[in-house]
Amino acid sequence: MPPLLEVADAHRVYSLGSIFSRHRLRAVDGVSFTMEADKPEIFTIVGESGSGKTTLARMILNMVRPSSGAIRFRGQDLSQIRGGQARLAFMKQVQPIFQNPFEAFNPLKKVDRYLFMTARHIAGLTATTEIEAATDEALRNVGLSLGEIRGRYPHELSGGQLQRIAIARSLISKPALIVADEPVSMVDASLRMSIVNLLRRLRDGMGVSIIYITHDLATAYYISDRIIIMNKGRVVESGAARAVLDNPQHPYSIRLKQAVLSPEAAGSAGTLLAESAAAAGQ
Amino acid sequence: MTVPVLQVQALRAYYKISSFGLDREVRAVDDVTFHVNANEIYGLAGESSCGKTTLIRTIAAATKPPLRVVGGSIVFNFAGRAVDMQKADDDTVAAVRWKHLSYIMQGSMSVLNPVRRVERSFVDFAFRHVGRRMAEFLDIVSDHLRRLDLSPDILSAYPHQLSGGMRQRVAIALATVCRPEFIIADEPTTALDVIVQNGVLAMIRDVQKELGSSLIFVTHDLAVHANLCHRLGVMYAGRLVEEGGTREMFRAPLHPYTAHLVASLPRIGNTEPKKGLEGTPPNLADPPSGCRFHPRCPLAREVCRAQVPPMVEVAPGRRVACFAVTPPARAA
Repeated sequence: MPPLLEVADAHRVYSLGSIFSRHRLRAVDGVSFTMEADKPEIFTIVGESGSGKTTLARMILNMVRPSSGAIRFRGQDLSQIRGGQARLAFMKQVQPIFQNPFEAFNPLKKVDRYLFMTARHIAGLTATTEIEAATDEALRNVGLSLGEIRGRYPHELSGGQLQRIAIARSLISKPALIVADEPVSMVDASLRMSIVNLLRRLRDGMGVSIIYITHDLATAYYISDRIIIMNKGRVVESGAARAVLDNPQHPYSIRLKQAVLSPEAAGSAGTLLAESAAAAGQ
Repeated sequence: MTVPVLQVQALRAYYKISSFGLDREVRAVDDVTFHVNANEIYGLAGESSCGKTTLIRTIAAATKPPLRVVGGSIVFNFAGRAVDMQKADDDTVAAVRWKHLSYIMQGSMSVLNPVRRVERSFVDFAFRHVGRRMAEFLDIVSDHLRRLDLSPDILSAYPHQLSGGMRQRVAIALATVCRPEFIIADEPTTALDVIVQNGVLAMIRDVQKELGSSLIFVTHDLAVHANLCHRLGVMYAGRLVEEGGTREMFRAPLHPYTAHLVASLPRIGNTEPKKGLEGTPPNLADPPSGCRFHPRCPLAREVCRAQVPPMVEVAPGRRVACFAVTPPARAA
């Protein structure tokens, strides 16, 4: 049985500048990892802005071609996917969740329409009753129901609710892999944990594998099984999440860990900040 | 005891909207009382749409219809001179702004003029408040940037040439160039990643220390408050629900909402399951009766639905509005 996802030495190079001053930006520079098909897990990609996390996610979603190297989903090379049918079959299996729920929804359209469209075009359902049943089931998995959101516009819902609806949307086609790019960084602290718990429940209850992209090490520690830490397009450290974060080895991972603000510092009035900022080379 | 730099007394600011002959009132800030001392960082926490931004807008006297101040007072005390922002005329407010009271905003891109060099933004904002000749003014700006570990070269850059963290630092430099006594920072690090955030926070703390200013720091991320603020106020649905020293607030939160916020913070080295807050944020146009937190509160009782809990000082400098802490008999 082929692995669920295999990223083999993937590179992505962007050429920037004009014809006279070209320079090449290696957004992703030789990343490899494998996710097994029979073992659902939360695989976390950590790194600061510009470390290539999002480019890697876009390659896994087949929105960007690797410059070299290959990405295989269930043994099939993504660059070999040709034609609408094959693309749809792939999109049915691999679904994204985006960072900002307020931008993911069209403000002029009702949110249920977005879910119905996904059910019709990606899950391939045709009968209205089937579409509604699939939508309702997906919404129930995230703690909502079709009755609650039917006919509502995005501005009538809170950020946390919208993000849960975005997750429900990705579940309609019953995917095997969800790529969540910073799903909690735009969500309030009080709602962050309910989204993170939801991802965990999807893994345990529905057997969905999740690629969780974040710069927040604290939530990464809380939910991930495995982790890779990226810096400037390269993987600097990888392994079991708790082991890596409890005892980071690479200087960059250590810096990243020290930059995490700990609530234990309460009342220190910023004295710890100085040390971590100095350690982070600021 | 010295006079606080800012005293906000029973402030009420409502959005009044009338559409199709229907009058609606959104009580974004409802009966908020607090003060900020000299040389202090005061943290303001709470989720989106709980009225944090409305509160600081009102404090900065940047209220425009439909936002209206319905009651209460905001009094600043700049070097022994009291300024009531509600009663002051436009000239006084304009003179106070930037010179005494400045603002670090969330989107630094919207502060800096995107089609002008950074230098031009400094001139636009601060030149007339400094009251020197242009060459002297630019020297002051360069010195100020150097003190903040920024190269004066950035003055000739365009905003899009700077990274997000660098732009935020420039916005901080811009807000502090006149050495104001009072700074308001509205979610200045929300869009930044952890390493950059750390640098920006350390810079805010250093500026505050050097100028000895007072600072109101607004964010929904309690981990930031824990690391920066001396005192902390937690807002829920337009009301202040708890206030105290940062350390005490984290060690022993009294209000159930604060307790939830503190307990739900993820920590490295801790994997026990943490709960998200159930229920939906309240609609401020039609807030719940009594205590506004009661529909989501695990300790809610009958009295919470009927009465609004008053803000009671339970220890010196520690105030909380909750019937579970101060039973209604005692509070009455």
